[in-house]
Amino acid sequence: MENLLVAENVSKSFGSFKALDDISLSVPQGSIFGLLGPNGAGKTTFIRIINQITMPDTGTVHLDGELLQPHHIEYIGYLPEERGLYKSMKVGEQAVYLAQLKGLSKAEAKKRLKVWFERLEIGDWWNKKIQELSKGMAQKIQFVVTVLHEPKLLIFDEPFSGFDPINANLIKDEILTLRDDGATVIFSTHRMESVEEMCDHMALIHKSRKLLDGKLIDIKRQYKSNTFEVGMMVDDKDKVSKLLQDKFETFPATFKTINDELQYKVKIPESETPNELVFYLSNLGQLTHFVEVVPTANDIFIQTVKNHY
Amino acid sequence: MNHLSLIIKREYLNKVKNKSFIIMTFLSPLLMVGIFSLVAYLSQLNNDKVRNISVLDESGLFHSQFENKDQLKFEILENVSLEEAKKITEKSNKYGLLYIPETASIEDLSKRIVFYSEDSPSLFVMDNIEDAIQAKANSLKLTEAGLDAALVKSLKVDIDTQLETFGGQETSKLGSGLKLIFGGAAGYLLFMFIIIYGNMIMRSVIEEKTSRIIEVIISSVKPIKLLLGKIFGTSLAGISQFLVWVILLMVLSVAVSAIFGVDFSQVQSPQQEIIQQAQNSPDGMEGIFVDVMRELNTLPIANLIIMFILFFVGGYLLYASLYAAIGAAVDSETDTQQFMLPILLPLILAVYVGFFTVIEDPHGTVSQVFSFIPFTSPVVMLMRIPFGVPLWQQLVSVGILFATFMGTVWFAAKIYRVGILMYGKKPSYKELIKWLKY
Repeated sequence: MENLLVAENVSKSFGSFKALDDISLSVPQGSIFGLLGPNGAGKTTFIRIINQITMPDTGTVHLDGELLQPHHIEYIGYLPEERGLYKSMKVGEQAVYLAQLKGLSKAEAKKRLKVWFERLEIGDWWNKKIQELSKGMAQKIQFVVTVLHEPKLLIFDEPFSGFDPINANLIKDEILTLRDDGATVIFSTHRMESVEEMCDHMALIHKSRKLLDGKLIDIKRQYKSNTFEVGMMVDDKDKVSKLLQDKFETFPATFKTINDELQYKVKIPESETPNELVFYLSNLGQLTHFVEVVPTANDIFIQTVKNHY
Repeated sequence: MNHLSLIIKREYLNKVKNKSFIIMTFLSPLLMVGIFSLVAYLSQLNNDKVRNISVLDESGLFHSQFENKDQLKFEILENVSLEEAKKITEKSNKYGLLYIPETASIEDLSKRIVFYSEDSPSLFVMDNIEDAIQAKANSLKLTEAGLDAALVKSLKVDIDTQLETFGGQETSKLGSGLKLIFGGAAGYLLFMFIIIYGNMIMRSVIEEKTSRIIEVIISSVKPIKLLLGKIFGTSLAGISQFLVWVILLMVLSVAVSAIFGVDFSQVQSPQQEIIQQAQNSPDGMEGIFVDVMRELNTLPIANLIIMFILFFVGGYLLYASLYAAIGAAVDSETDTQQFMLPILLPLILAVYVGFFTVIEDPHGTVSQVFSFIPFTSPVVMLMRIPFGVPLWQQLVSVGILFATFMGTVWFAAKIYRVGILMYGKKPSYKELIKWLKY
């Protein structure tokens, strides 16, 4: 897969504070890329460098094979975390103005806006002023403005904040559609469930440094611990517990079930296969539940960040 | 359409369509004409009042001196004592009593004339009375010394120095006055314009921050373009408003004076009267008019107009960009106070230098230096130009002015770019300097 955005050895300092320290990242074409990190890690600074709001002290950023240049802003759609709209302007003329700044003609902007407004069922807002709208309504318009010029690269910083679940879902589906239509999406968020749901690639930045990046699946594989969640019906729970604890590294587990069963997380050594575990367990009783414990993005996030304190 | 013109258009329309802007545009001239009409009406009332004054002249020398005027009526009392005269005057509700005692000599007299009244008399009344007595007393003294008053008057020599440059150009003191009036008016206009519309620019720069749209905008356009667009757009809105004001004011004052018969020329400050008196030439009003026209013809009108436009625009833009820099540095209008005085100081300095130094010596070192410093040159150079400044100096000064303007905008854009990284923190001067290095 080709990379749309490649950052190499990007560093940025504000006075004595190092905001980014030698960050190198590649965002593959057509991916949804999760940019994760605790507050103050440097995500926003990195995004601002992509948007040419600030310049890196050292390092380069290439977009679509070209060194980042002012005209590239037309290929980028950016929804910042700190966002707003001109309060005294009408929705329609404001959206047209912002689209024109991104290089669309007035007529084209109007045409596309009509389509989007229909799609999100906000057509009758055209002549309203922003101050008459609720926060969620304004967010919808900001979303439309961000994607209107059909950018190759979309950057969303906490896109779902301020949305109710229904509208958050609506926006999520729109983002997925945009990806399917060929856009590449960079996602900066704290909401791990949306990373889990949407991202296929991710990078974790902590204290100005990149700690890990890659395909989500690869990272998960890397972080898997050969642990399996098991549930089984046995006659003598204490006896089986004792057996399991002696033979394996075990952790307590709770999952919802219809049976009154023994529940455990069992970690097997590298040398053993899951099949061997299943075989062993089935001799002890009725196996009702067997699932590999896959680390969630949340687990990986917390674990990695903690390890680097 | 490119970004700059888009931004200018938006800023302009946004300002012009604003309701309070529209209301102020049309209400201000109404208010101003209203206030002026009121003042004119009131001073007319005041002037129409007739003051009756009793005169008790025991010396018997000044009877014929007191002529009745529009607003002053004199009544000569005879054959009464001072006490009686006071009573009569008070009873008849007159403005006051002028008492001239009988004395041995005219020197004595000068110290002993008394004016009795209810409360302190107005300057206007006293001037009239003193003038009348003085004229007579002078001629009496002359006669006493054995001189013919008419002869002395005819012997008096008036010196009126004719001014001429080495190039043969005639100038005059009246011309100097006109030049000062031109320079002063230009400086004052600039001053007003900056004070009225500078704040508007500052607010407009803060707008993006308060509405939180700044990061969206700044990811589409360069800060310097945004600031330039804001300065130009807001200035155009200001000029539109100013033009509407001028037109409305003219129409309204003509209408008001036609309808109510209020004469605006009667609204005069004491200074204006003094100037008028000083200019009273023997030829009368027509003579002054001819003089003024002649002087105007000697002024380099084309040069003045072109330079006025350049310096006015340049000076305004420079100060506007300073206001924009303040707007760029702060998050809300309440944080702007600490930066206000440093901006206005050079402007005030310019006006003072203009009025004190340029009048004294238009081509002295101080005047020259200040006419090149961009923060003062719009006022000082404009005041110097009527006295003749080489073209290259004018052009250099304009060049410096516009270069400084671009420099300030660049500086403001730099602050702006960094300012977005720090929400909600009031910057100190030290930090501002640090930001420049980012």
